[in-house]
This record gives sequence, C-alpha cells and structure tokens, in this order.
Amino acid sequence: MAKPKVATTSLCGCFGCHMSLLDIDDRILQLVELVDFDRSPINDIKEIEGQVDIGLIEGGCCNEENLKVLHEFRRHCKILISVGDCAINGGIPALRNMVPLEECYREAYLNGPTVVNPAGKVPDDPEIPLLLDKVYPCHEAVKIDYHLPGCPPSADTLWAALVALLNGKAPELPYELVKYD
Amino acid sequence: MNTDAITLTIDGKKIEARRGDTILEAADRAGVYVPRLCWMKDLLPAGGCRVCTVRVNGRPQAACTQPVAPGMVIENDTEELRELRRDLIDMLFVEGNHFCMFCEKSGNCELQALAYRFGITAPKYPYLFPQRGVDASHPDVMIDGNRCVLCGRCVRASRALDGKHVFGFTGRGPGKRLAVNGPNLAATDVAAPDRAVAACPTGTLLVKRVGYKVPVGRRLYDHSPIGSEIEPQTPGK
Repeated sequence: MAKPKVATTSLCGCFGCHMSLLDIDDRILQLVELVDFDRSPINDIKEIEGQVDIGLIEGGCCNEENLKVLHEFRRHCKILISVGDCAINGGIPALRNMVPLEECYREAYLNGPTVVNPAGKVPDDPEIPLLLDKVYPCHEAVKIDYHLPGCPPSADTLWAALVALLNGKAPELPYELVKYD
Repeated sequence: MNTDAITLTIDGKKIEARRGDTILEAADRAGVYVPRLCWMKDLLPAGGCRVCTVRVNGRPQAACTQPVAPGMVIENDTEELRELRRDLIDMLFVEGNHFCMFCEKSGNCELQALAYRFGITAPKYPYLFPQRGVDASHPDVMIDGNRCVLCGRCVRASRALDGKHVFGFTGRGPGKRLAVNGPNLAATDVAAPDRAVAACPTGTLLVKRVGYKVPVGRRLYDHSPIGSEIEPQTPGK
C-alpha cells in the first residue's frame, strides 16, 4: 500500500511553522517512514504532483499568488489544515489591514526612512503578484478542515495532529497544545 | 442551620446557597464554574458580556446579576450554552484586533483563556480588523484599544475601588469605545498600581516595562484552564 502523501506550503508566513515541523526532532525519521512528501519547501518540489492526503498551509493570503496556491492545495488535498496564526487570522502581516493599501505602498517604496528609490515609482512588474486589499485568513478563502493555532504551533502540536490524522482520527488536541502564541 | 440557606439545582446537582447571592456566587461556592468575562471580584456585576448566561427554569439569565431563589433549576454546562458562549467569545475576537502572538498579556489573558477552555482553534465569523487607537502618552500605563472588549471592568474599578473616574465609554453600538477622563491618559490621575489597570482581562491596559516578565510555561493559563481554580478537580479538562 502506498504511503499517505503530505504537501506543505508557506503563503504569507515566515517559515516559522515549517521550522516547528522540523523541531519534531528525531520523530522526523518516523514521519519519513510514515508518509511521502509531495510539494513542500522541505524537498523544494514546486508544484503539487498528484492527489495529496494531508495539506499543511502556513501563512495567510496577502496576494493573488497566495490565493492561487491555496486553491491549488484545496483542489489536490483530501484534508487541508491551517497551521499557525497567520493562516488562521492573518497574523503579523494582517497588521497592515488597519492601514489603507495605498499608504502601505507609499511607506514601503517611497516614503519609508530606509527607502532608496530614485525612480520614485512603486514596482509594477507583471511578475510581482498583486497585493490583495487585506491579508485574509485561509478559511475565509477556501474550506479548511482543521486549524492548528500557535505562533508557531509547537512541534508536539504538529506531531499529535499528524499522528491522529494518519490513524484516521480527527486531531483532538489536549489543553496544553492549543495555544495562540 | 442558617435560615437564609436555600437550595437550588445546577445541571441536576443540588447546591446550597445564601439568600442574596447571585447565581454565579452560589455556583462558585459550590465548586461549579460558570464562565464569565466582565465579572470581577469586589465589583458590582454589570451583566454586560453575557458569557455567564445560564438557563434559569428554562429562561436565559446572566448568572452574575440574577439573584438565587429557592428551588431554581439552572442549566449551566449544556451543549447549547457552551455553543452560545463560544460564539460570544468568537465575536469578541473578530471584532477587535487580537494579535496574541506578540501581546504582553498572552498566557494571562482571560479572553484568550476562555477561548482555550472552549477549545477554539479558529473563529467561525469573519475578522473585521477595525481601526482602534493606542494611547501611550502616560509614563507608566498604556492603552491599546485594539484589544478592548468593552467589559467595563476598568470603568467600574476606577470608580469603586480607586475612588477615581479615569475610564468611561463614548459612542454607542459598534462605535462604542473606551475613553479616559481627559485629552489623553497622561492628563488623567491614573497610576500604575491602580486596581483599574489590573482589572483589565485583556492586554488593553498595561503597566509599562513589565511585559513578558513571566516566561512561557509559567503563566496563569499555560497548564490549567480558566475556572479550574473554582472547580474541585478537573483532570485533563
């Protein structure tokens, strides 16, 4: 029987949740025994190759590329999980949600104290994904099956959730593993 | 036997209460936790947050304001009420800007602790990301309006316990905001040791230069849920 497949990605996040996944220490050897990794920054596969059993999403949606990737994950993943506060509530990037987008651009590219931009133009290369009006939690864009809060969720939280799911159970976490910080 | 003693039932359990108690006080004494947010010991109850809503003889009542009466049949820990309370807490999260990951109060915050107790991993309502202000004008105390849940504990504590009138509310409905008695906090007579400052259940009112003093793992709600100080034993809850 083929091993279950896991795919992971970081949208508008800091890779801290992926670091926490690596923080399961030697249990990562068990994990490699138990699952195959599809698209993930861990193996540097850039596109989802097939049907995936568990998708882990780090980060919220701040630009159109994030949305595209999130939709791709939703299409390919049987179970999709929001991992970490950014995926669940926008996190630190969502601090910009209280500031108009134009003002964010002006501060970042024109008026910021460390900006050097002689052309005085906001970058508009078509290669650069357009920002969304706000940073959105993943569950406001697609259906998310489970949420693992934390900044980042602890290695124990991620491990407990993965083990439960691989055993065909819903990840019901004990009190000490549900934390928002 | 105290003649003022009366009996009532909470979730089928018979408890003794004193005439004049509120349902919440009687429940506390009997070791039954009724979740609450705007209630605070030593203050008159406000009945504002409705987190302590129970069913009394079938009707919803705020346990913090409703006095006990003989023979009352109270429902507290039912699926219906748990869901109502979860929804209230959800709404408090989405209508403010609660960034737990860098908040000084995280781990000691009553709003967060309630969400932990109810096992909330994500809110079911969309985030509003409102515009709220920060007042850091005072040398020792600051207000971060992003985290205010309008419980009124600072308002009541400032009046009743500090003998000052530092805090109040302005506006109505969605426009309701915490306000101070002056152009800014520095212009008021608030002081860091005020009970009003300590009364804040969230990270809205903070004493400066003491943030993150307690390390992660040793904070109030790191290991045991809010309310477990009232319940006789709650293993693994």
